[in-house]
Amino acid sequence: MIKHLGISLRLTILTVIVLGLMYPFAMTGIAQLIFPKQANGSLVSVNGNIVASDIIGQLWTKPQYFHGRPSAAGKNGYDPTSTGGTNLGPTSKKLISTTKTTIAQLRKENPDASGPPPMDLVTSSASGIDPDISPEGAYYQAARVAKARGLAVARVNTLIAQHTKGRTLGFLGEPRVNVTELNLALQNLR
Amino acid sequence: MTLIGWIQAVVLFLAVLVFVKPLGGFMARVFNGERNFLSPILRPVERAIYRLGGINEDEEMAWYTYLFAVLAFSFVGLAWLYLLLRTQQWLPLNPQRFAAMSPDLAWNTAVSFMTNTNWQFYSGESTVSYFSQMAGLAWHNFVSAAAGIALAIALIRGIARTTLKTLGNFWVDLTRACLYILLPISIVGCLILVMQGVPQNFHSYETAKSVQGFSQQITGGPMASQEVIKELGTNGGGFVNANSASPNENPTPFSDFFELWLILAIGAALTYTYGKMVKDTRQGWALFIAMSILFFGGLLVVYWAEAAGNPAIHQLGIAGANMEGKEVRFGLAASTLWANTTTATSCGAVNAMHDSFTALGGLIPLVNMQLGEIIFGGVGSGLYAKLMFVVLTVFIAGLMVGRTPEFLGKKIERREVTFAILSILITPLLVLVPTAVAVLIPSGLATLGNTGPHGFSEILYAFTSTNANNGSAFAGLGPNLFYNLTTGANMLFGRFAEVIPVLALAGALAGKKAAPESAGTFTTYSPIFVGLLIGTILIVGALTFLPADALGPIVEHLLNLKGSTFQ
Repeated sequence: MIKHLGISLRLTILTVIVLGLMYPFAMTGIAQLIFPKQANGSLVSVNGNIVASDIIGQLWTKPQYFHGRPSAAGKNGYDPTSTGGTNLGPTSKKLISTTKTTIAQLRKENPDASGPPPMDLVTSSASGIDPDISPEGAYYQAARVAKARGLAVARVNTLIAQHTKGRTLGFLGEPRVNVTELNLALQNLR
Repeated sequence: MTLIGWIQAVVLFLAVLVFVKPLGGFMARVFNGERNFLSPILRPVERAIYRLGGINEDEEMAWYTYLFAVLAFSFVGLAWLYLLLRTQQWLPLNPQRFAAMSPDLAWNTAVSFMTNTNWQFYSGESTVSYFSQMAGLAWHNFVSAAAGIALAIALIRGIARTTLKTLGNFWVDLTRACLYILLPISIVGCLILVMQGVPQNFHSYETAKSVQGFSQQITGGPMASQEVIKELGTNGGGFVNANSASPNENPTPFSDFFELWLILAIGAALTYTYGKMVKDTRQGWALFIAMSILFFGGLLVVYWAEAAGNPAIHQLGIAGANMEGKEVRFGLAASTLWANTTTATSCGAVNAMHDSFTALGGLIPLVNMQLGEIIFGGVGSGLYAKLMFVVLTVFIAGLMVGRTPEFLGKKIERREVTFAILSILITPLLVLVPTAVAVLIPSGLATLGNTGPHGFSEILYAFTSTNANNGSAFAGLGPNLFYNLTTGANMLFGRFAEVIPVLALAGALAGKKAAPESAGTFTTYSPIFVGLLIGTILIVGALTFLPADALGPIVEHLLNLKGSTFQ
């Protein structure tokens, strides 16, 4: 047993050096060399200032921007240092009441939208920093955004269509719109 | 359910299937000590490790020596991680200046990683330094997975060898599993993940100032190198709290698909390794087929239940599938495929929050774990758990036809059956008793995220997951002293109380003579055997856990249909 402990200790040190240090350091070196943008967090800059990460959702509240999904990450939502979902089960009273409030809020903010809001806009994501909404979720908000910006709804709809990503390779995942990307494109519309 | 959703599942299955033979055959070569295409690069590293580690690679171990080696290595690893987490504030690579973890949480986390469970009571992005992540958590991802593979290989040798007392050398099996199998796939996989957008850096979190004026911390760190081994080793402990639901760990539908493949690849391929090493590949394919049938059975239910959605939300006038706790980029199909995969194996990584699944949707991950994670299973642990059921099935089949049960020519006698039954009975004991205790005491109920039957499901899920060394959670259940200590102990017993009978059985089998196959031999690769094996697994699982599941998910489903809600 003592002999086994001795070998365990030495093997632990050796494998920590190879697998715990050399491997991640080497991978970081290679990744920084060939995929520097992704390796550093897919940051998006406007006029030299970091405004977002391409892959992480953000909080949007003003009517002239598209809004993301409800978020349980952090106090105000969309906090990448406090990721997670609501973890409310299907029979939770709190789930039903917050969903009700969200629906009422969406209806009030989008009086010109037709039909009920789509499912993704009334439910919280798993990570709390979901960067995407469904295309339906974007079209639902188009009239509001267009009005707030004094644009034609058709123009906003075209923009949504341009920023809709289809399924990867035609069958993986779901069609989606990255909210930050869409809002930055809106800013550049003239 | 949609056709495209099913295509995703079928393409994933095919992608796994294509690699079963090449990867499985490769692993057989590695563990038989044969030269392979990686030997020119890795053999010198391997020899250096043996020399510096004081390991004699030709030494053969009896089952109890093998067990001592596993235990010694595991507990040194446990102490190492505990120490790291308690002293990380003084160690390098801690740009966010995280403090030491509290003693009970550090114990829980250290046990969690050592046992390949990766139960997450810690929140990676706000409590664990980069150094602890790399040299502690990710290192355990490698070695605990390698230990699982080594144990499976030891059991296979026990089955394959005749009139021998030894099972191989743990140090050699562990080192080879790390160097030849886990590390090369991780290197390639890490770069694929970075290409998809998973960060790989060492700087502190960047602050972004959004166009609307909110500031946001953009998390980073050596994530991709850890993410790949987290899935490949069926570990499942996230770099960040939201695990593979976070776009940091899993940014695109393709990264999701690739991570699912990583989770399944080794567990599936080990069936072929098994067949190869017992010199009858039909034995391995029979296990693969049985696993696949159970896999698609579970997927059908969870996908259907989530697609049907939550009637309580439908009543508010919003139609559609259940999207609470799911990500838009994955959608319904990929989220349910993941939930089924992560619990069929012992991975436990999540890309959606199981706590917010519908009652029956959440039942399937629970049942997958209660069956013992024999559907592909954890790397190594899945195969040995499955072989325990094979021994039991052979025994039952022998009783039915009234002859001495034989497994690959070896007589299965009282001792062998006892070990197999022991390893199977430990699961209900360690799941149901702690659950019953937790619902009776205040601190067991203090941190529930939901009440009513769903609260009970949270507790049952916690002890099922920790005992099965899965690590996924109904994450509404929060940590406190009671749960940190009890789930920690449960992970420890769940791992080692199973390992001991497995190795004892391997030792017993290795010493036996094998009789040649005759006309009266009950073959363990026929379709009848596959059916019997599936039947045994389902009957044992149902008899043991149905009453408990009825109190949680099943009652909740009925109340959900009726429109009941709970505080």
